[in-house]
Amino acid sequence: MATSTTAIEVAAPTGADDVGQGVARPGRRPRLLFLRNSKALVGIAILVFFGILAVVGPWVAPYDPNQVSTALLQPPSGAHWLGTDHTGRDILSQIIVGTRGVLVVGLVAGLGATVLGVIVGVTAGFVGGLGDEGLSALSNVFLVIPQLPLIIIIAAQLPSAGGITVALVIGVTGWAWGARVLRAQTLSLRKRDFVEAARATGERTWRIVLAEVLPNLTAIIAAGFVGTVTFAVLSQVTLAFIGITPVSEWNWGTILFWAQNNLALQRGAWWWFVPAGLCIALLGMALTLINFGIDELVNPRLRSTGMHARTLRRRGIRPRVGFTPVVRDQWRAARPGEEER
Amino acid sequence: MSEPVLEIRDLHVDYGFGDDPTHVLRGVDLTLHRGEVLGLAGESGCGKSTLAYAATRLLPPPGLITGGEVWLADRQGRRSDVLGLTDAQLRAARWRDVAIVFQGAMSSLNPVFRIGRQLTDGIRAHRPGLSAGDLEARAAELLEMVGISADRLRAYPHQLSGGMRQRVMIAMALALEPQVLLMDEPTTALDVVMQRQVLEQIMELRDRLGFSVVLITHDVSLLVEVADRIAIMYAGEIVEEATASEVYRRPRHPYSAGLLGSFPPLHGPRRELSGIPGAPPDLQRLGPGCPFAPRCPHAMDVCRDVRPVLGPPRTGEDRRVACHLHDADLVAAGVGEGSGAISGVGLPPELAR
Amino acid sequence: MRFALRRAVFYVFTAWAAVTINFFVPRLLPGDPVTALMGRMQGRIDSNAEQSLRVLFGLDQDMSLWDQYVHYWQMLLHGDLGLSFTHFPTPVADIVAQALPWTVGLVGIATIIAFLLGTAVGTGIGWRRGTWADSLLPITTFFSAVPYFWLGLIAIAVFAVNLGWFPSNGSYDRGMVPSLSWEFVGSVIYYGTLPALTIVVSSISGWILGMRNMMVTVSSEDYVTVAHAKGLPARAVVVGYAARNAILPQVSSFALALGFVVGGTLVMEMVFSYQGIGYTLYQAVSTHDYPLMQGCFLVITLSVLVANLVADLAYAALDPRTRQEG
Repeated sequence: MATSTTAIEVAAPTGADDVGQGVARPGRRPRLLFLRNSKALVGIAILVFFGILAVVGPWVAPYDPNQVSTALLQPPSGAHWLGTDHTGRDILSQIIVGTRGVLVVGLVAGLGATVLGVIVGVTAGFVGGLGDEGLSALSNVFLVIPQLPLIIIIAAQLPSAGGITVALVIGVTGWAWGARVLRAQTLSLRKRDFVEAARATGERTWRIVLAEVLPNLTAIIAAGFVGTVTFAVLSQVTLAFIGITPVSEWNWGTILFWAQNNLALQRGAWWWFVPAGLCIALLGMALTLINFGIDELVNPRLRSTGMHARTLRRRGIRPRVGFTPVVRDQWRAARPGEEER
Repeated sequence: MSEPVLEIRDLHVDYGFGDDPTHVLRGVDLTLHRGEVLGLAGESGCGKSTLAYAATRLLPPPGLITGGEVWLADRQGRRSDVLGLTDAQLRAARWRDVAIVFQGAMSSLNPVFRIGRQLTDGIRAHRPGLSAGDLEARAAELLEMVGISADRLRAYPHQLSGGMRQRVMIAMALALEPQVLLMDEPTTALDVVMQRQVLEQIMELRDRLGFSVVLITHDVSLLVEVADRIAIMYAGEIVEEATASEVYRRPRHPYSAGLLGSFPPLHGPRRELSGIPGAPPDLQRLGPGCPFAPRCPHAMDVCRDVRPVLGPPRTGEDRRVACHLHDADLVAAGVGEGSGAISGVGLPPELAR
Repeated sequence: MRFALRRAVFYVFTAWAAVTINFFVPRLLPGDPVTALMGRMQGRIDSNAEQSLRVLFGLDQDMSLWDQYVHYWQMLLHGDLGLSFTHFPTPVADIVAQALPWTVGLVGIATIIAFLLGTAVGTGIGWRRGTWADSLLPITTFFSAVPYFWLGLIAIAVFAVNLGWFPSNGSYDRGMVPSLSWEFVGSVIYYGTLPALTIVVSSISGWILGMRNMMVTVSSEDYVTVAHAKGLPARAVVVGYAARNAILPQVSSFALALGFVVGGTLVMEMVFSYQGIGYTLYQAVSTHDYPLMQGCFLVITLSVLVANLVADLAYAALDPRTRQEG
């Protein structure tokens, strides 16, 4: 998670600066290019699927997830597609209903952390001086203090750590990474001509920030948002697994909590703990793919030569740094080291 | 003229591996003779740096060489086609027979290695038998040659000034005493005083060690002073090539005339400055004719349809021009009759001196 | 030198911040679970112990906040982290001191292996693009999208329960007494393999991705072209010019990622019942042992800070430009 934004930190904020490097045609706007990125598309598709599930979940689920029955610890069958748990509750319903909990917390936490990160990071980068030093010190402190343990002790000492509360805790502790990246980018943007021009003409600071600085940062903010949502989902699931969040609210981590506490592993009840984990992994993968798409958008050099792979192989070209490929006409095939006649 | 040490024939280079690449070099012919300083000038994006990197196969992706030959002579005078060498042969020939002096920008030197190490690792790669002491002595010798004291051997690149870094790049390139030196904008990043110092250093070294130089720059006035011959590039092709004084006093191609008119001479009578109207062409949308036609004040119909060939003008002088105004064949073929510009009388005054 | 000094100052400041956060968290949050628990344990705590617990959790209403803060620091500087509720009357400091080496060993070694391996693979993939190795990236990304603990569960299910190759929990054979014998060490390694492997598989994709991206960026830098122009052998270019520069952001992001890594691997301990600090924290949470929870958090944070400092020093050793920085 942290490492993908490293590449963004290094690359220039505007991908259009690359002359002669990108293989994109001139005039193709970056937004459309993002949508053509197959990785990002797959990620978005999965996300949309889960989103729909989150919205319609309770109506679509075959059973009430809390409804106990006599079919105790049954493997998947026609009546229960994903089997039942130790009290006969249907696991498929638990997963479907749990989607909402997971996505809501992820999005709220992501939003909170991103907003905080933008405010702190852009302000620090733009204002400079003492304000910058102070805010940077603050974000560095939050960066270095390990997040999960901090979340655990805060959540554990709360009277009731329900979904939204947990989301807020995650948001309040997880903004520092985005703030740091944004501060670096704001600093470099501030020196750019168009910002200097705006300041010279007397534009008010907040207007410059909104109109000139922020639009250039959208890709990075988006990547940070996606990264934070990923982290929030993982944290929330972990908290539920440990047993800090109340079990009355269903999310995928709660399922695993019950599974762990009832020795699902030892009992060989794989249908209990495998599907929940797979869903988490799928969601995490979707978010990571979207982040890949954003990464490749910002740093055109990362775009795989996939779109030309067939052409390259057909023409026998191997693109290498330091050894420009030579593809001359057939009848003038390479004759190594031949002397001039 | 002495024998050629570097001969580029009909070089074609594309950018882009897909099915619709940009043709950045379209059939370039260029020859460097022993001991001469050949200047290569043109606007940004005309392909002059591309030419140097393609000739040594150092062009980064998505560069692709699609045709031509580059004949390079080694120390014994044996010539081989660089584009046909194997990787191992190419590695051996690089630095030993042909070296590039890169722009001495901060990013040309490895920031985590000391200067001494960067000077010697190239030597060590080609002469593995040398001892550490020998290598260090050679590195110190190289630094002194460019006027830097040997105690800078242990410095890191970020500790040097811009002028010093450029001189380190020159010293590095001369480490194996190559026959051919390709210099890519060696003074562009420097202030005027430093420029002169560095240039003088280069010329003095050339006199002493006897290598041949291709000096690439957008600054034609520099070449006029320093180069023996000058080649002018435009949109991926060479449009004119002649001795420096000929190019300066009697440019034959309208673009050369425009370029030289853009620089104010420091001495001599004051002259009105003229620029070149229009903008550099989009290499992806070139027409079939001369690439300069859209901006040329003397463009004829034939210029837009037929690409001029680089060859001697019909006056028979010892130079090459790619322009229909001077094309002997065209006159013989009777093309453009009636436009009045083909006969010697009809040449525009600045091109008929 | 000045660089090291600046970083040290920063870490001291952060340590102070962590301690202060630890101080304020129970006081700022609504509800008062500690009083209730202490009420239940009335009579079994001696007055000193009770006093220290009051200081830890701010239950003394007649002391001003500042006084409480000062008392808190005094306690800490004496190495007193209070008494555990569940392992009463064992001091928290003792419990933590016993658990810490296990975590440092397992998590530390596994993380270093993942970093080195991931960096090596990332170098290869970033240098030579378009080979079969490119498919490693999506595979390992999948594994990192999976929560650490779930991967651990699967690993246990497959390798321990089904195949029986490794034990499913514990840090060493419970029949043995801890000692420095080969037998014991062997048992530790045996029990630690599965958790360590899970950590490596789960976290490696981040390092691969980061190194690959940096190699791609660095490969297009001028000095790499210069290295090729000099005719240097491929290995010299990859290692000395490309990787040596690409690894710098990796090292600094390693330092920053430590907090994240520690979080995940703590949960791993919970899954494997591996008696490190993560497992101790887990038990503390389950049993509402607040003093132990606080103590664990403090120790975890301080360890991460130390590791960060080490990583920073490594960065300074690798990048000569930092040594100039004022």
